[in-house]
Amino acid sequence: MGCEVTPQLAIFFVLAALAVIGALNLIIQRHPIHSALSLIVVMIALAGLYLLMGSEFVAAVQIIVYGGAIMVLFVFVIMLLNAGVEERTNISKLAGVAGIPLAVALMGFLAAAIARSNESAQAGLQTGALANTKEISTMLFKDFVYPFELTSFLILVAILGAIVLAQREKS
Amino acid sequence: MISSLLAFLAAHAVVVIAIIKIALLLFIVLTVNAYLTWFERKVVAHMQSRWGPHRVGPHGLLQPLADGAKFLLKEDPTPAGVDKFTYFLAPLMALALALTSIAIIPFGPDPLPWTIWGQKVYLGIADLNIGILALFAITALSVYGVALAGWSSNSKYPLLGGLRSSAQMVSYELALTMSVVGVLLLAGSFNLRDIIGAQAQHPERGIFGWNVWPQILGFFCFFVAAVAETNRVPFDLPEAESELVAGFHTEYASFKFAMFFIAEYTSMITVSCLCTIMFFGGWLSPFPASWTFTHYLPSVILIPFGLWVIWDGIRYETIFGRIILPGVGTAITAIGAVLVAFPAVNEFVQGPFWLLSKIFVFLFVYVWMRGTLPRFRYDQLMSFGWKLLLPVSIANVVITAFAMLAKSMWGAK
Repeated sequence: MGCEVTPQLAIFFVLAALAVIGALNLIIQRHPIHSALSLIVVMIALAGLYLLMGSEFVAAVQIIVYGGAIMVLFVFVIMLLNAGVEERTNISKLAGVAGIPLAVALMGFLAAAIARSNESAQAGLQTGALANTKEISTMLFKDFVYPFELTSFLILVAILGAIVLAQREKS
Repeated sequence: MISSLLAFLAAHAVVVIAIIKIALLLFIVLTVNAYLTWFERKVVAHMQSRWGPHRVGPHGLLQPLADGAKFLLKEDPTPAGVDKFTYFLAPLMALALALTSIAIIPFGPDPLPWTIWGQKVYLGIADLNIGILALFAITALSVYGVALAGWSSNSKYPLLGGLRSSAQMVSYELALTMSVVGVLLLAGSFNLRDIIGAQAQHPERGIFGWNVWPQILGFFCFFVAAVAETNRVPFDLPEAESELVAGFHTEYASFKFAMFFIAEYTSMITVSCLCTIMFFGGWLSPFPASWTFTHYLPSVILIPFGLWVIWDGIRYETIFGRIILPGVGTAITAIGAVLVAFPAVNEFVQGPFWLLSKIFVFLFVYVWMRGTLPRFRYDQLMSFGWKLLLPVSIANVVITAFAMLAKSMWGAK
C-alpha cells in the first residue's frame, strides 16, 4: 500500500480537517451566529471535497443551495430573533447514559461500512463518474424520473403548507 | 543563479502565469474601481447641473487617489460592544468574494499572439466548465458580508440594513438564477466562452445574432435582479441614508468601509460583464462579420478623443493640467495610430474592444439609474421581486424550452 502524498491527498486532508473542525466548532461555539458560520465552513469544505472528486456541478449546487440559500435563512432568522448567547448546562443524564454509547456505536458502524466498502465504489468516485452535468440530468430526468418528480411534489406540498400556516386569518 | 531561477519559473509556467495574471487583473480592477467612483460623481453631477470633483488634478482626475489616501490614513476605531471576529470578517468576505467573481470572466477570444514558456496565454484567469454556476455560488455567499456586518456592529441601523439586505438578496437570487436558464438552454453549456460562441453561430447577422433578442424577457429579469443583488439604486434599501443613516456599514470607518465600497463597485463591474457576455454577445462585434472596415472603429474613436484631450489640455487653467492632459491625449492618439499601423494588433484588440465598450455602457446605465431613479419602498421591492420578476423569469424558461422544441421538430424536416 503506497502512501505517496499527492497534491490531491493533501488538499483532501486540508478540506476534511476544515469540515471536522467546523463541525466541532459548531457545537462548541456559544453564540448562534458563530455556530451558523461554522456550519457554512462545513458546507464549503464539503463542496471542496466534491470538487476534488470531479463533480463540479454538485459542488456548485452545494454552495448555492446549502452555503447560500439555506444558511442565509438560518442567519436571517437568528438576526431577526436577535438570539443571544446560549447558557451552558451540565450534560443531561439521558444524554450521558444513552447518547454517548450510541454515538460511539454509530461512529463504529460508519467506520466499518467505509472500511468494508469495495474498491470499485471508491474508484468510481475518484474518477469522477458524475462529473458531467449532462450525465446528472440524464440520470435525474430519465432513470430516476419518478422519484425525482415525487420529491418535487413533496416540496411543493411543503411550500403550500408553509404558506397556509403563515397566512394571516381574514377577520 | 538567475538562470536557475528562470528554469524554476519555466518549469512551473502554468502557476507563474496564473499568479501574474491575477496580480495584473487585481491592479486593473482596483484602478477601474477607483475611476468608476470619479466617473459616477462626474456623471451624476452633470445630471444635476453641477461640476462634480474638479479640484484635485485636472478635471478632478486625481480625486480617486486623494480618496484612497484618505481611506488609508483615517483613524479606524472599533466601536464598543461589537462582535470582534465577525466585525472584522464581514468586510474581508465582502471584498474577497467580489474580487473572486471577476476571475471567471473571459476578456477576449484569442490567446496572446506570442507564447510564454510554451504556454498559450488567454485573457481571463479561470475558464471553468461550470462558469456561470461558480459565479452564482460566489453571489450566493456574498450576502454574508452585508448580513454579518449589520449584525456584528451591535447597533440598530446596521442590523436593520443587514436584515433588509439578506431578505432582498435571497428574494432576488431566485429570479436572477431563473432568468439565466433561457440563455443556458440556447447555449447548452455553463461555460462563458461557450455561451458567447453560441451567439456567434450566425456571424453575418451581427447584432441580431445576440441572445438579447430571443431572451429579451430573460435580460430584463436578469438586469433588474442583478442590480438588486448589488444593492444599487433603486434597490439600495440596505443603505438607505434617509432612513438607516448608512445601513449595514454605519459602524465601519476608514479602510474597512473602503472594502465594502470597493466590493460594491467590483460587483457592478461583474454584473456588467455578465450582462455583456450572456445577452449582448460578449466580445462579438455588432456588425456583420463581412464589414471588415468596422475593424478601424477603435482607432476612429481613440484618435479624435486623444486629439480632443490635447486641445482641451493646452487651454486648461492650471499648469499641471496643461502638462498632464496633452500627455494623456498624446498617449491615447498614439494607441489609436498603432492600431492603424499594425493590422495584427488591431485584429487582436477587436474582441476586448467590443467587450470593454459594452461593459462601459452597462456601467453608465448603472450611474444613469443612480442619477434618475428614486428608491423603492420595501413592500414594493418584495412584491416586485416575488410577484413580477420570478413568474416572468419562469415563463421565460418555459417559452424558451417550447420554442427550442418546436424548432427542433419542424426545423429538422
